[in-house]
Amino acid sequence: MQRTVLYRRHVESGARFGPFAGYEMPIQYEGVLAEHRAVRERAGMFDVSHMGEIRVRGPRALPLLQRLTPNDVGALHPFRAQYSALLSERGTFIDDLLVYCLDPEDYLLVVNAASRARDLALLEAAAAADGEGVRIDDESDETALIAVQGPRAAEIVADVVGGEAVELRYYSFLHQNGEERMVSRTGYTGEDGFEIYTAADRAEDLWAEFLERGSDAGLMPAGLGARDTLRLEAGMMLCGQDIDEETTPIEAGLSWIVKWKKGDFTGRDALVRQRENGCRHRLVGFEVEGRGIARHGHRLTVRDVPDCAGPVTSGAFAPTLGRAIGIARLDCAGGGPPEPGSAAAVTVRGREIDCRIVRLPFYRRPKRGV
Amino acid sequence: MIPDDRLYTAQHEWLKVEDGEAVLGITDFAQQELGDVVFVELPAPGQEFAAGSEIGAIESVKAVAEIYTPVAGSVEAVNEGLEDAPELVNEDPYGGGWLVRLRLDDEGPRDDLMTAADYEAQLAG
Repeated sequence: MQRTVLYRRHVESGARFGPFAGYEMPIQYEGVLAEHRAVRERAGMFDVSHMGEIRVRGPRALPLLQRLTPNDVGALHPFRAQYSALLSERGTFIDDLLVYCLDPEDYLLVVNAASRARDLALLEAAAAADGEGVRIDDESDETALIAVQGPRAAEIVADVVGGEAVELRYYSFLHQNGEERMVSRTGYTGEDGFEIYTAADRAEDLWAEFLERGSDAGLMPAGLGARDTLRLEAGMMLCGQDIDEETTPIEAGLSWIVKWKKGDFTGRDALVRQRENGCRHRLVGFEVEGRGIARHGHRLTVRDVPDCAGPVTSGAFAPTLGRAIGIARLDCAGGGPPEPGSAAAVTVRGREIDCRIVRLPFYRRPKRGV
Repeated sequence: MIPDDRLYTAQHEWLKVEDGEAVLGITDFAQQELGDVVFVELPAPGQEFAAGSEIGAIESVKAVAEIYTPVAGSVEAVNEGLEDAPELVNEDPYGGGWLVRLRLDDEGPRDDLMTAADYEAQLAG
């Protein structure tokens, strides 16, 4: 099992660890509920250094990424990022990722730890087929990633790395001290926040500085437990769980990452067919109305729609909402997806519990004055 | 501190036997392992259970733990306070976080259960 460079810091903070994608990661420190609440109300800090960073550079970098990802990399300006994916020929997710444009011939892909090796192989094979025009480098081991998220993240980040970071728009980033540190206004919690990529050997100091200087604003270290409940409330998909090689962006409600007019890309033909013929599977959000919690692997059935059912891909108690929520992968046979508001049910320990189909996200952060 | 006025199971439950009744709960170790408890499913009063059967479940944010009864009996009462305050299992596992009270079928000795000292030794081991 691998550890991130921040492992010792987590031990100092009393973390409880668990395995995730081959890493021994902090699952919680004080407790999932307290950490979840800290991020919604104040600020939380996550070590997500297990994520992979793959650099794609060269005069042929842009056409290569255009061919391998569904979003329009050509529309990215330097110091802007976009959410995208690596798709199979069937249009299904091999991975979801962020594409950062450092300059039109230089990109950083941030990928999931579990699929990093496969992503890298896929990119290298495509680059090799392309000839000399692209260089692929795996920078994951030299890069640590700290996410600071929550309504008070901006003031904390301003204090620790400087006020220029707070001027960033959503999905923008900047470099500091050459390329030693990259500050990005992105996240996976549904709150305002930042992700700070740093040289691995500087990560421990940076983590300690955030803890110390953020404590007045209520910053807490938060583990993967809270990260999961936060992202689920925000309706964000977890790759390998909600979206996988059996799911397309259209089925997942992520059609917006598919840019039809940009030219050909892997999986496009399959997605065009789905767009024209409709798709059989749909990821939908649901709330549990009865007493109980739907979990991954339980089965959700839509009432009044024959044969519309499927497995729960994510299910949890939503601390901010005070009730259980989930995402299910429904097989809608011939019909379309159920309307929001449709009655549904999930069976837990032999007991049927009432649910209702709802629109994603479950939680939207309140607009706050600037 | 592990209270010595009751008995323990290897599955980190406690049982306090008195006047032909037994109150069942989970230990402090168990609640710590589970983390924040957000839902407790308990049986209906009057239901009868054989020793070793599953009578309900405790769900934390991340995990589900089944509740087993180590003794045979019928449900006299359940802790209704847990419906609105499941966190009592975390905050007071040996007191306000109790789960069910059973009317025992058999009031004989409980040789299969551990004393507080034995349970403490198991935790340390």
